Amino acid sequence: MKPRDLPEKAVRPVVNESGIEVKPLYTAADVEASGGAGMIGLPGEFPFARGIHSMMYRKQPWTMRQYTGFGNAADTNKRFHYLIANGQTGLNVAFDLPTQCGMDSDDPQAEGEVGRVGMAVDTLRDVEIAFEGVDLERITVSLTINGAAAILIAMYLAMAEKRGYDLAKLRGTAQNDILKEFVGRGTWVYPVEPSIRLVGDTIEYCAAQAPKYSPVSVCGYHIRESGADPAQEMAYAFCIAKAYADDVIRRGLPVDEFAGRLSFNFNCFGNLFEQVAKFRAGRSLWAKIMKEQYHAVKPGSMWLRMIAGGGGGGLTFEQPELNIVRGAYYALICALSGTQTMALCCYDEAYTIPSEYAQRISLRTMQMLIEEMGLADTVDPLGGSYYVETLTNQMRARMEAIMAEVDAQGGIVKMVAEGAIQAKVSAQAYKRQRDIDAGTFRKVGVNCYRTEDKTPEMEFHPYKDEDARAQVQALEMVRAERDAARVQAALARVQADARSGANLMPAIMDAVKAYASVGEITNELVGVFGRYREPVRF
Amino acid sequence: MNPGKRIKIVLAKPGLDGHDQGAKVVARALMDAGFEVIYTGLRQTPEAIARIALDEDADVIALSSMAGSHLPVCRKLKPLLEQAGLADKLWVIGGNLPAQDHDALRALGFSGIFPSSSKLDDIINYIRTHAP
Repeated sequence: MKPRDLPEKAVRPVVNESGIEVKPLYTAADVEASGGAGMIGLPGEFPFARGIHSMMYRKQPWTMRQYTGFGNAADTNKRFHYLIANGQTGLNVAFDLPTQCGMDSDDPQAEGEVGRVGMAVDTLRDVEIAFEGVDLERITVSLTINGAAAILIAMYLAMAEKRGYDLAKLRGTAQNDILKEFVGRGTWVYPVEPSIRLVGDTIEYCAAQAPKYSPVSVCGYHIRESGADPAQEMAYAFCIAKAYADDVIRRGLPVDEFAGRLSFNFNCFGNLFEQVAKFRAGRSLWAKIMKEQYHAVKPGSMWLRMIAGGGGGGLTFEQPELNIVRGAYYALICALSGTQTMALCCYDEAYTIPSEYAQRISLRTMQMLIEEMGLADTVDPLGGSYYVETLTNQMRARMEAIMAEVDAQGGIVKMVAEGAIQAKVSAQAYKRQRDIDAGTFRKVGVNCYRTEDKTPEMEFHPYKDEDARAQVQALEMVRAERDAARVQAALARVQADARSGANLMPAIMDAVKAYASVGEITNELVGVFGRYREPVRF
Repeated sequence: MNPGKRIKIVLAKPGLDGHDQGAKVVARALMDAGFEVIYTGLRQTPEAIARIALDEDADVIALSSMAGSHLPVCRKLKPLLEQAGLADKLWVIGGNLPAQDHDALRALGFSGIFPSSSKLDDIINYIRTHAP
């Protein structure tokens, strides 16, 4: 029996997370009614809905880049080498919270947090140790750092330079998306305006000095984790990316000089078709924005280059072994979506820092898609599906409507500064939690198909206070050995440039090369910029 | 407790942990349940939490911890709350709290422990039953 022959009541209504009604069957007429096939095109050609490259994974599979870092730089270096030995093709560095918040390991507020959720970095010395033995041309490195991004980018570039790499050819990425930190994740330091200036400084500096380096990875990811729906995730990320682009363009840099190095980070949990449509829609919308609003000419400026994956918000504390299966579906979504880079949250991540074992399972999951399942053979395999093309058109329209709404309310910077985006997504997160508790939003193992069987044993990542003390001692040693006068002069220049409005990166580069610490440089900037005060709005 | 008096809860994010989705969800649930909620925002030191709880005359001190520093935070907070004369208030904590740490948290005075996967109504009912 065809669905349309059923009595109306018998077909259950389905509305996806982005608020789009899902039909039981799609035909060519639905593609037409949703806007037609005009935006589909070919991979490697504007508007890039099907992929930014013509051959995509057939030429080069996605980069595999599991998020890793803990303890001190030497501990993390060991895990890096373990992952590379197991076939990982990129690195994605996790920093501890003091580093992320611009504090040294001996800061009173850092007590109990040094090396806990990521690697502790105080000075360039730590960065040198972390990447020992890693071939930075073969393995690209992504730094998950935001509030302290300018400093960590400077440390990474300084380390690479010291090892003899040519900065003009060096590839790599920093997350460096401070606006989303105000919405979710929370590792802000300075108020909103100077924070945006610092992002602009890194983009401007890298465009001139390290033109292959991606200084920003704009994250819809964490906004989604904070409660945004998939269409909002991408729409808000585009609003934020535009805010950074506008800052740099105001400085006089032409769009084609930097837009090609903007990159993005998106989440992947949820409905498979909605997710795939989200990525395809987003790719064509970003190309359209860059071409029509920014008058970009180079195709690279229009590319939505991204890391997709994670999916932490979809993983469950209950029956954690099911997260291995969820992770596999999430990887499939990302592969069907044409991402450049993939990372997966591990099955034990709702409990602890992932074990080597769990990391390897995630890595093997991705490798299986390439080696066994044919996901690297054909570009955009869902392209042309009536359902996916219709949904892609509908998702694009939803994203455009959300972006117009943000503009009408004064723009993303104002809305973030006032806490309006935060209040909106947190209200949605509350509604979602109520729906999960009530069983109206289904999560397997949580509100349906529960089991009373014991949870499998987890290997908890150890935290040792003596490791934190060792990190503080190492910092004290660097402080004792470095040229104090050179450090003082470099820090004075950081402060002066913060006041004058000059690009801060040259001064920060000098300071990190003199082994000034993350906390020392941050404090100079706080002295000029002040600290962010969080608006609490419900 | 005094009938008719609204239960007042100070809900704090201690330490540097920036994961506030859960804390904000719980804050909304507690408000919807009729409690008065003071949400502190991120990066509160133990000293600040004790001071806010005292200034606000809180009946309940609630913490949200997602990044693993719950034990060092609670060890520092316990004497500060006691010095502030808040030992008879209800202390609760939620977040990423491994089962093997629950006894230690109870011993530190945190009687209500709500690890990831706790239901909102269970948190509400616990506070309604146990608030002083």
